[in-house]
Amino acid sequence: MKKNESYEEFIKGIWRDNPVFVQVLGMCPMLAVTNSAINAIAMGMATFFVLVGSSFLVSSFRNVIPKQVRISCFIIIIATFVTIADYTLLALVPKVHKELGAFIPLIVANCLILGRQEAFASRYPTKLAVMDALGMAGGFLLALFSLGAVREILGDGALFGVKLFGENFEPWVIMILPPGGFLTLGVILLFFNWFKFKKDEFLEDVAAAERGSD
Amino acid sequence: MDNLLWVFISALLVNNFVLTYFLGLCPFLGVSSSLETSARLGLATTFVMLVTAVCAWILNTYVLIHAPYLRLICFIVVIASTVQFIEMLIKKLSPALFRAMGIFLPLITTNCAILGLAIFATNRGYGFWEGIVYALGAGAGFTLAMVLLAGLREESELSNIPALIKGTAMNLIIAGILSMAFMGFAGLFSTT
Repeated sequence: MKKNESYEEFIKGIWRDNPVFVQVLGMCPMLAVTNSAINAIAMGMATFFVLVGSSFLVSSFRNVIPKQVRISCFIIIIATFVTIADYTLLALVPKVHKELGAFIPLIVANCLILGRQEAFASRYPTKLAVMDALGMAGGFLLALFSLGAVREILGDGALFGVKLFGENFEPWVIMILPPGGFLTLGVILLFFNWFKFKKDEFLEDVAAAERGSD
Repeated sequence: MDNLLWVFISALLVNNFVLTYFLGLCPFLGVSSSLETSARLGLATTFVMLVTAVCAWILNTYVLIHAPYLRLICFIVVIASTVQFIEMLIKKLSPALFRAMGIFLPLITTNCAILGLAIFATNRGYGFWEGIVYALGAGAGFTLAMVLLAGLREESELSNIPALIKGTAMNLIIAGILSMAFMGFAGLFSTT
């Protein structure tokens, strides 16, 4: 039972409540840095670290933090982790850090992270909170990667800098420029809408068939 | 003077915060359902940006030269508390103004455009006046993008759109097309 519960928290972030595709949270870093797969992964990893770290800390201190100033406390905890992530990236992969630029510090303002602290980590025991954070961050990473990969393949004809197509490929440059971010996410959301639409239709059909057989 | 004008135009059109840097997307997509609300939110955001620019400049000049690694934490705490303070002040001094933009003020504090403004201004080493002009330009650009999207959305309410596309997906695609249009401004200052 216990294992099931934490598994449930984990999997819901990846698919059913995917932070980007279903809840449409954390859009700003999402669109800004996904012009190549490697940037998207670096950003996803940084967010992963910050979300899991701060969920763990917030959940551990949930009985100590006074209710009135909880948001400020969450933000300070998040900002601390973001600073750690910022300097770590600067030390390990200076080139990627330079490309991501101001968007690493902006993880602080990612509504996904603060939202999870407020809605989940501050109310549930540490283990569940960490599972929830892992799932949400995993879903976010997945979304970032799929967006980054699509944009890099279309806009540059490459994935992780490796050319996929021959010489004759004419890159669709707009996809790695800002408009491409909006368009790609729009189309992906459209796909999710369609999926939900079909599912609802299917469930309705099933219900109608059941009514018919009664 | 020329430099200040360039900073303003750049923030307003060429590097529009919403359509080029993807900052402040949450209110951009969430609140832009009516023209009037968008304009008010834009006004309130511009105001908070101005305050932020001044705070960021003070912090950068007097505090953070001694401890650069505290930049992020300082920015976010100072911005959040200043906005809260100003909200109380406006409530006391001018209830009419408070009603006009009151509910939006607390929402704006967590808007990434605000923090982004402070960080960009710092990274580019803007001085006091440049910072102020940059904030004005960014705020005006945010308002412009909000109003444009709100107008298009109001218009689309009346058209016959398939239920499948309605909602965020359509707004994102509209935003993408707007963003393409704004790319046209990119050549505006290339010679200077």
